[in-house]
Amino acid sequence: MIEINHVNKWYGPTFQVLKDCTTSVAKGEVVVVCGPSGSGKSTLIKCVNALEPIQGGDITLDGVKVNDPKTDLPKLRSRVGMVFQHFELFPHLRIIDNLCLAQEKVLGRKHADAMVKGMKLLERVGLKDHAKKFPAELSGGQQQRVAIARALAMDPIAMLFDEPTSALDPEMISEVLDVMVDLAREGMTMMVVTHEMGFANKVADRVIFMDRGEIVEDAKKADFFGTPRSDRAQKFLSKILQH
Amino acid sequence: MNYNWNWHIFLEPNPMGTGTYLDLLLSGLVVTVKVSVLAWIIALVSGSVIGVLRTLPSRTASWIGFCWVEFFRNMPLLVQLFLWFFVLPELLPRSAGLWLKQLPNAPFWTAAIGVGLFMSARVAVQLQAGITSLPRGQKQASTALGLTTVQTYRYVLLPMAFRIILPPLTSEFLNTIKNSAVAITIGLIELTGQARSMQEFSFQVFEAFTAATVLYLLLNFVVVTAMRFLERYVAIPGYITGK
Repeated sequence: MIEINHVNKWYGPTFQVLKDCTTSVAKGEVVVVCGPSGSGKSTLIKCVNALEPIQGGDITLDGVKVNDPKTDLPKLRSRVGMVFQHFELFPHLRIIDNLCLAQEKVLGRKHADAMVKGMKLLERVGLKDHAKKFPAELSGGQQQRVAIARALAMDPIAMLFDEPTSALDPEMISEVLDVMVDLAREGMTMMVVTHEMGFANKVADRVIFMDRGEIVEDAKKADFFGTPRSDRAQKFLSKILQH
Repeated sequence: MNYNWNWHIFLEPNPMGTGTYLDLLLSGLVVTVKVSVLAWIIALVSGSVIGVLRTLPSRTASWIGFCWVEFFRNMPLLVQLFLWFFVLPELLPRSAGLWLKQLPNAPFWTAAIGVGLFMSARVAVQLQAGITSLPRGQKQASTALGLTTVQTYRYVLLPMAFRIILPPLTSEFLNTIKNSAVAITIGLIELTGQARSMQEFSFQVFEAFTAATVLYLLLNFVVVTAMRFLERYVAIPGYITGK
């Protein structure tokens, strides 16, 4: 589904954020990307739907080359859902309109159909009663669930999560993770940047560990949590699992 | 000071035969309103386009935006009106210049366009500030949903940016009205112009300009009130100025 081959990326002429990254995500697979801050995990996931350009290597999404100038990027992006650290709901639109906007303007769905789809997804994330509210009237956890519903409304073939719980209060993290666990169990292809090792342990098929722009470890979940091969992954795990 | 105050002058007939002196001033007010509204529309439309250009990643776009803004904001308004009114027709081919000079109502159109373009530089810079004040994730979220750049601006960025810059835009609207008085230098008889002709006909200089001052104040008060209603009308529940 997602193929990342020898990807290199620089910010400016000297700072290399991604160094020869190679990995893949198969259909229905859940891959968790973790690593210390500044290791390039968010950058990597943003390259998958070309929110960030790459300077070397190739990324292929469902057989379509992302970094090909001829690729219809808006169309490609509409097929991949993305959830951001800071939710990024559109503050001037009501919750239901947040869910309808891209359905209508990108997919060309009729307003009534988009509304039905939107309400169904709001019900699924437990926020049907909030459809008429504005984003600023919801809690962080609720906003993030809306953001997930907004991405799902496009019927994506895969979902990208960029630290979806990092900006949330502890008590709201679980309500968002619950939605993500359900999604994973239904067989959604997911690439998740997160520090939530509990989530990784529960639903991930594979875990990728990044450090300073490199993929240091790319292993099956059991291997990663059991006996990580690299020193750096071991140190990271020992720190993060201490508590 | 030997000055004969005469507040009844407003009810005396003016020598133009168009009614009283008050009618004279009111006809000037109508011209001021017309020229200001037209100039404001020009400023808002072209300023918005240029403001958007200044936020695009394209070098050409921001270069055009840069040139436009620096050209129109670095020259006194008076000089700009002289350029459009006296110099431009001489620079054009003879027939085109002649056609321009003979246009009916030339001072009015020149003033509207001249003041409009002068103000457009200010609108552009403010809109640019409004757009760049939005979180970067807004553009990313909208792009990730598959919306094109035009759609992203139309449905996501501009509705928020304009809400944010509404209070300073009110000031710019008021500046447009006040700047329209410069048009008497190219022969437009608007409110200030009519106050001057009243002074010349009646020698009641203080009454004439007191009345003009009051009329400007009233006009600007109407604009301020209307804009405040607009601000309240578009306020988003729970968001910044929202209530």
